[in-house]
Amino acid sequence: MKRYSWLIPTLYILFLMLPIYWLVSMSFKTTNEILGSFTLFPTEFTLDNYRKIFTDPVWYNGYRNSLIYVSINTVLSVAVALPAAYAFSRYRFLGDKHLFFWLLTNRMAPAAVFALPFFQLYSAIGLFDTYLAVALAHTLFNIPLAVWILEGFMSGVPKQLDETAYIDGYSFPSFFIKIFIPTIAAGIGVAAFFCFMFSWVELLLAKTLTAVHAKPIAATMTRTASSSGYELGLLAAAGTLTIVPGAIVIYFVRNYIAKGFALGRV
Amino acid sequence: MNKTVNQKAWLFVLPVLVLVAFNAIIPLMTVVNYSVQETFGNNVFSWAGIIWFEEVLTSQRFHASLGRQLFFTFTILAIEVPLGVIIALAMPRKGIWVSVCLVLMAMPLLIPWNVVGAIWNIFALPQIGMLGNLLNGMGIDYNFTRQPGDAWATLIAMDVWHWTSLVVLLAYAGLVSIPEAYYQAAKIDGASSWAIFRYIQLPKMKRVLTIAILLRFMDSFNIYTEPFVLTGGGPGNSTTLLSIDLVKVALGQFDLGPAAAMSLVYFLVILLLSWVFYTLMMRDEEQ
Repeated sequence: MKRYSWLIPTLYILFLMLPIYWLVSMSFKTTNEILGSFTLFPTEFTLDNYRKIFTDPVWYNGYRNSLIYVSINTVLSVAVALPAAYAFSRYRFLGDKHLFFWLLTNRMAPAAVFALPFFQLYSAIGLFDTYLAVALAHTLFNIPLAVWILEGFMSGVPKQLDETAYIDGYSFPSFFIKIFIPTIAAGIGVAAFFCFMFSWVELLLAKTLTAVHAKPIAATMTRTASSSGYELGLLAAAGTLTIVPGAIVIYFVRNYIAKGFALGRV
Repeated sequence: MNKTVNQKAWLFVLPVLVLVAFNAIIPLMTVVNYSVQETFGNNVFSWAGIIWFEEVLTSQRFHASLGRQLFFTFTILAIEVPLGVIIALAMPRKGIWVSVCLVLMAMPLLIPWNVVGAIWNIFALPQIGMLGNLLNGMGIDYNFTRQPGDAWATLIAMDVWHWTSLVVLLAYAGLVSIPEAYYQAAKIDGASSWAIFRYIQLPKMKRVLTIAILLRFMDSFNIYTEPFVLTGGGPGNSTTLLSIDLVKVALGQFDLGPAAAMSLVYFLVILLLSWVFYTLMMRDEEQ
């Protein structure tokens, strides 16, 4: 039985790749070919769909906008989660457990519930249609997650490390930055990965909070899908391109995923 | 770990608290505010008491969406968790294939949710999609835009495709953290592979599986974009899950009162079920 165990992951990966293959192959087809006949490979191979995306500012700005707010969100979430996670892993203080659970409850909040109030809130403070609005809104579910992950990693680091550093004459900030952060680098990698992921894939809030200037690529796609009829090839090309940043991020954190997950509690 | 009591630790938590409270409490108060008022437009509001809550709790439509939602969530949990564990157990433990497997498996997790819906839409289209064409070619009458059963099957296949990898990654992380010595001891005792799974691997995976189940539970209960793009809640109302219904009421019909009351009931259901899950699993762990 052990000998054939490789079959299971192989079949699973095949199942994962089939729809992605179909998307990529469709992105190289002409609309005529897509609607006309069923072909497994593109017969009239074309790059027109990609050319359109790279030359039309509505399309490529969508990508830029998404990447900007996702980056702001990731940096912000991890930066504020670091000291909080340290506090949860090292100290006991009034209401700590309740606070931790309350943070997690925000991870459970359905985006659909918050869409309308978020729109009103961010309009009221004049941030509507800015990168910052989406980045801040996404901290609602990313900060709790980052705190949760980092707390797990930090609890795995023995307290003796802190104590030794103080005896060696480190002040708290210099200990935290020079010793502690490098020690939990894997945890920061995993937390940043998850923040990037959940901000990159979220659409409902990002779409609600933007109109023109900060419109995410995903919103451009849905609007195109409804407004210009049935341009499946173009939609497939845009979809293919949204997979690329994710694939790059996974490639960079691949070793952290393998080892990093196990270190912490995630 | 022994933690020292230190009330100044609050200062470390303060930035998180301010940001999350800004995003959570103000909107939540807005929702609560709407849920007890009646509006006739023009920003004129009057006190409505609990009529919206009564309306939601007794409405057939809400019960139907909630039922569909529960069915969806428990079906995907029943498929994804065992499947994820099986795949994690069968995965290689070292060598180059580990990275290859992990990178490929993590792919669906990083695709924007509307694109996931779009991918499955064009994959399953009856004539031009690969899956739809194949099934119809095999003589199966398959059309997810017309037949509710097919729509459900496609929806569940999509979620399994999208999220099983999260369970795999977490379960795998639990598995690699088991020291080799445990397996050697089991081998000396002549333990069967079932016994190894039951008494070594499963207990070690318990913590990560708890997290996997909780995350999958919460996220599947909140699911909106993927089914919206795939089926739009149809055919008819057959795949209208809770959040799709909620957005229809709130942004489509602009019925703020009923939508707000529905939001609160919805949120409380998630909160309650998550809390039950959380305490049950944590209690097991403490024993």
